[in-house]
Amino acid sequence: MSEQEKAGTDKPEKLWRKLGLSDHEYEVIVEQLGREPNPVELNMYSVMWSEHCSYKHSRSSLKLFPTDGPRVVQGPGENAGVVDIGDGYAAVFKIESHNHPSAVEPYQGAATGVGGILRDIYTMGAQPIAFLNSLRFGPPDNARGRYLFAGVVAGIGGYGNCVGIPTVGGEVYFEPCYRGNPLVNAMCVGVMPVERLVLGKACGEGNLVALAGARTGRDGIHGVTFASEELSDQSEKDRPAVQVGDPFLGKLLIDATLEAVDRKLVAGVQDLGGAGLTCALTETASRAGTGLEIDLEKVLLREEGLEPFEILTSESQERMLFIVEPQRLEELEGIFRHWELPLTVLGRVSSGKMVTVRYHGEIVAEVPAGSVAGGSPEYEPESREPAYIRELAAFDPLGLPPVKNRGKALLDLLSAPDVASKEWVWQQYDYMVRTCTLEGPGGDAAVLRLRGSGKALAVAVDGNGRHAYLDPRLGGMLAVAEATRNLSCSGAEPIGITDCLNFGNPEKPEMFWQFRQSVEGMAEACRVLEVPVVGGNVSFYNEVEDEAIYPTPVVGAVGLLEKADQHCGIGFCAEGNLICLIGPHHISLGGSQFLKTIHGRVAGSPAGIDLPGEKKLQAFLRRLVAGKLIMSAHDLSDGGLGVAVAESCLKGGTGAALDLPSSPRPDLDLFGEGPSRVLVSIRPADLGDVSKQAGEAGVRLSELGWTGGKKLEINCGGSRVVSLELEAMKKAYEEVFSWMMK
Amino acid sequence: MKFGVIVFPGSNCDLDAYHLVRDVLNERVEYVGYDRRLLGYYDVLILPGGFSYGDYLRSGAIAARTPVMEAVADFADRGGLVLGICNGFQALTEAGLLPGALCRNGSLQFRCRQVYVRVDNNSLPFTTLAAEGEVLRMPVAHGDGSYYAPPELLQELDRNGQVVFRYADQDGRTNTEANPNGSIDNIAGVSNRSGNVIGLMPHPERAGEIALGSEDGLVIFKSLIGHFQNREVVEDV
Repeated sequence: MSEQEKAGTDKPEKLWRKLGLSDHEYEVIVEQLGREPNPVELNMYSVMWSEHCSYKHSRSSLKLFPTDGPRVVQGPGENAGVVDIGDGYAAVFKIESHNHPSAVEPYQGAATGVGGILRDIYTMGAQPIAFLNSLRFGPPDNARGRYLFAGVVAGIGGYGNCVGIPTVGGEVYFEPCYRGNPLVNAMCVGVMPVERLVLGKACGEGNLVALAGARTGRDGIHGVTFASEELSDQSEKDRPAVQVGDPFLGKLLIDATLEAVDRKLVAGVQDLGGAGLTCALTETASRAGTGLEIDLEKVLLREEGLEPFEILTSESQERMLFIVEPQRLEELEGIFRHWELPLTVLGRVSSGKMVTVRYHGEIVAEVPAGSVAGGSPEYEPESREPAYIRELAAFDPLGLPPVKNRGKALLDLLSAPDVASKEWVWQQYDYMVRTCTLEGPGGDAAVLRLRGSGKALAVAVDGNGRHAYLDPRLGGMLAVAEATRNLSCSGAEPIGITDCLNFGNPEKPEMFWQFRQSVEGMAEACRVLEVPVVGGNVSFYNEVEDEAIYPTPVVGAVGLLEKADQHCGIGFCAEGNLICLIGPHHISLGGSQFLKTIHGRVAGSPAGIDLPGEKKLQAFLRRLVAGKLIMSAHDLSDGGLGVAVAESCLKGGTGAALDLPSSPRPDLDLFGEGPSRVLVSIRPADLGDVSKQAGEAGVRLSELGWTGGKKLEINCGGSRVVSLELEAMKKAYEEVFSWMMK
Repeated sequence: MKFGVIVFPGSNCDLDAYHLVRDVLNERVEYVGYDRRLLGYYDVLILPGGFSYGDYLRSGAIAARTPVMEAVADFADRGGLVLGICNGFQALTEAGLLPGALCRNGSLQFRCRQVYVRVDNNSLPFTTLAAEGEVLRMPVAHGDGSYYAPPELLQELDRNGQVVFRYADQDGRTNTEANPNGSIDNIAGVSNRSGNVIGLMPHPERAGEIALGSEDGLVIFKSLIGHFQNREVVEDV
């Protein structure tokens, strides 16, 4: 789209098409508006009716998620979900994608992803306490791949470190399907007194509408439209659609906003993110059922000559909209003056439901708030199972010859970029600032103490694109199960999740089928595990030149630990402890890391999940941690038992010796993957107690061996299948990235 | 005794220093805003870590030119004790209150990790409770922490005992592996000539509780508290 076409000052034929709206959608606009929209109004509609803002292809599916529960204070629909954590406090969290911007400008794309999700949290009145992220890239075996990977990591650190919120966890995977379309999902968690909750509502006729923070420029114009199209080799030219972050301003804006909220000066708060001012104005008015009168020339600009439509759709970062009672304005201005931040009154809340925008006295747009913010059509796209599903499911990994040298296979897995230590990544993040990080990156879940309460929150983010590709429904279930299991491993009770659904073009039936199946699987897992979805984000159109990414549902989970000092890590922390496996022996090499790394294949069927069993397992684990009956707990995921035991050894600096029953396929036993399985270490004196409780809980407990020494030795039916020095495993596990990213 | 924690726009470890002093050490502490020209009464001023003014020009460069820094300089001139941590250290070098400069890390990347530092001067009010050569475990988290001073200045610093902390291994040996940022001579922290102003890149305020991984950083704060307790006894006599 050329600047002139975007500008909307001329009246080219069928401007709506160029703005990404269909003919049908244009008709609906005319119907809702009762007349033809002018070009400025059409621009407002086009950004708000983009997939990114309107969820028009996903809304009907998202209704499947259970969003209620005894702890839920605010479910989906606001800037972030809010969950009660007792003592009058609440956890506030959300995850969001910034995939497309990161594909063309990795540093700024990722940085503004972090800045955007951060604003969603403090907009609600919460103090942000942690960031997490979930990243996918093409293999880092070429310069472009490494540039994207390094740029995204630097951008996440650049923003998060500067604002002083620790980045405590995340995941990174590499698959060829993400080569042209990396995934950058950023999550933020905050905490606040429940009574401080402010919503993004333009309440109270006569209240003032004030815009604070950065000046408005031309960056990010139509960013949401860009995010709602497939990427192509032409996407580089859309770099101006990527916003530029200013974390310093972001930090000042947090401090000023939280002070204003603390002093109860504002009736409503809304951050400016996707679709900029248009979104903030129409959403706040629509939620409150009010109207707004806005004088657009009052918006402070970064440069002369912005057109009204540009001011309305700019995605310049670090801006907040406040709804404030007139008598509170002076005090609010005082706070922003102290932080040397601009704050200007743009207009006021009116009766009626129209957002009226004037520019130097002349009306440039007059639209019903509810129509722009929520009037888009809802689609029930066509859905068809892709042909590859059956083909790949028919593959039997056990038809492959058994791997003879399992020690080497384990080392290969430990040094696979998907599995290897991500220290190269997280040492670029400040994960300790605010001095609340009890468990940082590198474990199953991060644990953050809540000052003054004795409690802690555990947080984890998980998703496995390979599993979801082979079986989207199961993949959805597994993502929910793994994220919550990781919390339970740390001892925390899962209290809510936020999801980021990364998929291809929903207008293609095969892509929509993947989406729908995944959502159904996630919803079912949430229902059985009794954990509500309180917010999230859908990212469609993750395709480059017709090649889609793996369907990648990512789950961010938050859990509550009643006692901060009773949390459990993944490392074998002492010698002479028993190593046990908790959970079923139901495993498969289908879709496993082993199959990918050792055999170069992504095929077969991943092991299915017994959700009620998963729930029992997690409750049992939490009881063990609370009773201080286990010394470590580590979820078995990529690379199965072999990788899990190696990671527990490396984390704790202690070796281990395992005796597994004899088996025709030791490679399956060592590297097969299945859900609901956790490796724990137990003091010998506690074994009786643990076994008894396992019996009562109906959870399977298998003794595998002992911790100790400086080697990992695994026997299968009496014969040695693995014997590795810790040092060798450490080298394989820890040095890959520093070597590869030189 | 009373600590003051200076807050620049963009400081973000102010909270951590404040909590350590108040909640772990049970001493009095107040925040001091960047726009203050006059200080109240403080025994020790802490310049905390963070990204003052976004570190957009050079780390600490703009903070060094805020009104409060004139008051900090006066305070230091009169012998007041000033502790600069991370960005606070950078601001003190930018203000000329400490010698040398802090450059981009050798790796050209931000680095957050646990390190060991060796106490090379334990005769300062900040370090009296540490043994000479004692090794402390505390984290670093910075992008611009590579200390530099020209050779003549280095010799002078050494001669005067102004190198207070060096990056070392667990056994106190200085070597390249122990150095997280490429600092010259493994220097992690220095003092001014009279020993009442020090700065260090590692974060002692993040190493004040076992639950956070180390409490080795407490020795610095306890030395300061001890310094004032002793003084009060002398004054009472």
